[in-house]
Amino acid sequence: MQESSHSNIVAALIPRSNLQLARLCVITVVFALLIFGALRYDNFLSSYNILSFLRYNSMFMLIALGMALVIMTGGIDLSVGGTAAMTSVVAALLSPYGWPAGLLGGMAAGLVVGIVNGLVVTRLRIQPFIATLAAMLATYGMALLLSGNQSVSASYDTAFVSIGQDDFLGFPIPAWIAIACYVVGWIALERHPVGRRILAVGDGEATAKLMGLKVGRTLLGVYATSGLLAGLAGVILAAQFGAGQPTEGVGWELFAISSVVVGGTLLSGGVGSIGATLAGAILLAMVFNILNFENGLGVISLSAYWQSVIRGAFLLVVVILQAKLMNGRSTR
Amino acid sequence: MLLSMTGINKSFGDVRVLDDASLQVEPGETMALIGQNGAGKSTLIKILTGAYSHDTGRIEFQGREVRFGSTAESQAGGIATIYQEINLAPNRTVAENIFLGREPRRFGLVDRARMQADARTVLRRFKLDIDVNRPLQDFEAATRQMVAIARGVTQNARLLILDEPTSSLDEREVAVLFETIRTLKADGVAAIFISHRLDELFAICDRVTIMRDGRTVAVSPMKDISKVDLVRTMLGKELAAFTAKKRAHGDGEGAALVDVENLGAGVRVRDVSLNIGKGEIAGLAGLLGAGRTETARLIYAADRKERGAVKVDGRETNYSAPADAIADGMGFVSEDRKIEGIVPEMSVRENMTLAILPKLQKAGIVDKAAQRAIVEKYIAALGIKCSSPEQPIRELSGGNQQKVLLARWLCMNPRLLIVDEPTRGIDVGAKAEILKLLRSLADEGLSVLMISSELEELIAAADHVTVLSDGLSVRRLASEDITEANLLSAMAHQEVPA
Repeated sequence: MQESSHSNIVAALIPRSNLQLARLCVITVVFALLIFGALRYDNFLSSYNILSFLRYNSMFMLIALGMALVIMTGGIDLSVGGTAAMTSVVAALLSPYGWPAGLLGGMAAGLVVGIVNGLVVTRLRIQPFIATLAAMLATYGMALLLSGNQSVSASYDTAFVSIGQDDFLGFPIPAWIAIACYVVGWIALERHPVGRRILAVGDGEATAKLMGLKVGRTLLGVYATSGLLAGLAGVILAAQFGAGQPTEGVGWELFAISSVVVGGTLLSGGVGSIGATLAGAILLAMVFNILNFENGLGVISLSAYWQSVIRGAFLLVVVILQAKLMNGRSTR
Repeated sequence: MLLSMTGINKSFGDVRVLDDASLQVEPGETMALIGQNGAGKSTLIKILTGAYSHDTGRIEFQGREVRFGSTAESQAGGIATIYQEINLAPNRTVAENIFLGREPRRFGLVDRARMQADARTVLRRFKLDIDVNRPLQDFEAATRQMVAIARGVTQNARLLILDEPTSSLDEREVAVLFETIRTLKADGVAAIFISHRLDELFAICDRVTIMRDGRTVAVSPMKDISKVDLVRTMLGKELAAFTAKKRAHGDGEGAALVDVENLGAGVRVRDVSLNIGKGEIAGLAGLLGAGRTETARLIYAADRKERGAVKVDGRETNYSAPADAIADGMGFVSEDRKIEGIVPEMSVRENMTLAILPKLQKAGIVDKAAQRAIVEKYIAALGIKCSSPEQPIRELSGGNQQKVLLARWLCMNPRLLIVDEPTRGIDVGAKAEILKLLRSLADEGLSVLMISSELEELIAAADHVTVLSDGLSVRRLASEDITEANLLSAMAHQEVPA
């Protein structure tokens, strides 16, 4: 046993799969950016920057987590942005009844969307792309309907806004939530049988069925989880900005997909990592953060539009790199 | 008796695929199950494993009547199936694949140490010492198959179904697999072995069940049946009244159009040589898996050849894609009309002219008049029965659909037409008509390479027949030598007793 755990450690250091290679890549780049930022900008590693970075980006980390699980099964969830927009409104509307009402109400609304997605995909056998595209349109519509097309103030009489704005043990509450979700997600994927099932379904649905695995239930589970996490992100959104934001969330699904892909999870499913997804989300967010600092230096000035272009280019490079590495492996 | 399936009937819509089929297996026995394409083997197996349900009939397994509702149920009941394309998760590790769905747990989580140890233990029984933490896809086919078997064994399988397990294995790997089957046999595990490689059946099986047209037509101990009898029973006889006349010449008289020399690619086509003369119908015979379609695809450049040469008019061809072969005057009518042939919702006219549309263009627009003239010509020439050229092709009978596909190629004026199972799924009368049509086309100078599983068809229509066995061209029969006995013995790859 000792001998094998020793060889496991050695083996873990040598990337022998695409996933490990991608994971190594993304973590290296994150550290490189960290060092770059620390050397170039005075306040980059200040606790203020780090904490506000985490507070704001925890929402994106949450939806990226849900998206990662869906993509590992070979599916996709385009509805997470719309769901977050809708649940931010729901949470804001419920916030006068106490923070638990806002929190649970928002999460429940997200869960419902996720379950509907899962049922449409598994029972009606609609392509995930189409099913969740429909859900995306519907949830944006619902967000606008519920809010009357304007942001809905959250109640400051209850503790609701604390969920987004306060700290716990000197750490932002949204970051705590994201960390907790990632820990649970990691255990589920890497240590619990359900994780093996998720990846096996992504490896081949028909095969998984022939192996006697419960494919339908697995798929329903990941879409429900993705909806729930998007709901939670919506709650944090409303709490952080003190208002439900029906027009926020546009493009969030793309951010989430980008994070997952950068983290080495294949869009075809069957391969993926929770930790690398988190690293992917941090990486993309950090590109933004650095560009903001760069603007602050006053040497160059990049508009938000340019930032988006740069991020897109970054994503493309990573995906091309992945494809190259894959080809290299399959022809060996 | 471990397994007894009796009186199994199954229909899909109007089509009866199993008609009073039966299958019995004793404990520890290795039973061969053979039959041509469409004989009903896989349907019978799917009914046994719960993938399909039977209409009527009785299945007893380990003394109890069973009716499995899903593959998961039959697995739990003690039946493990190893498919041709190994149905495991390639990206998961060996250990995970063996235990997917029933991982050993500790505190609700996967007990990985125990899972890995258990995996090593079970693989050691098959003398397989591999790193169980590596993804399955890192291993060769035989190892992956062994992992699939190990998965079955850990589910306490009493019956192993091996569906063409050797089709992608080389000789050494087959030997390893057989060793595994023998190990299990010693433990009393029975196996149903589906394969078209007769030598393998004789090497490993105790008895054979032969199916034809949805029926179980014979059960025999392996040692009491000869290869030729096995093949004859499997193929049966098609009683069709073909009136097609053979050309007087049969061998070597016509100038050669195509010469295939020592063609090979992968394990399916090992070494095939054949020739097709101008205006000849050359037959290509062999059992399923002998490499007939694969050979044709190499000639047509649908797959890439690795060895040997294809010469047309004495010049070596170097096609890189079917488009080159088409440009050089070849046509290919696939055996699978539904998937590779017709576009069901399109009309007869559209289907027929799909391939020549570029030639029918005038200033970028399809010349409707020219198109209609061609379509009407072939409808008349081939006797295609349709209400009008605008009728959707899916409404036509199989024979008429086939004629439309032939017309699609004929209007490109090919020199060589490759037809793969041209009469499959066509009723007897229409079969004779298709063959007659091919003959008259040959008389007009077209060369035809006809792949067929039906001996009568080859005997009636071909000028000469090349017989393939296990990727090798083993015999060439010409004119009056094309007889049932000669074909059978060549397909079984056995010398005719003197």
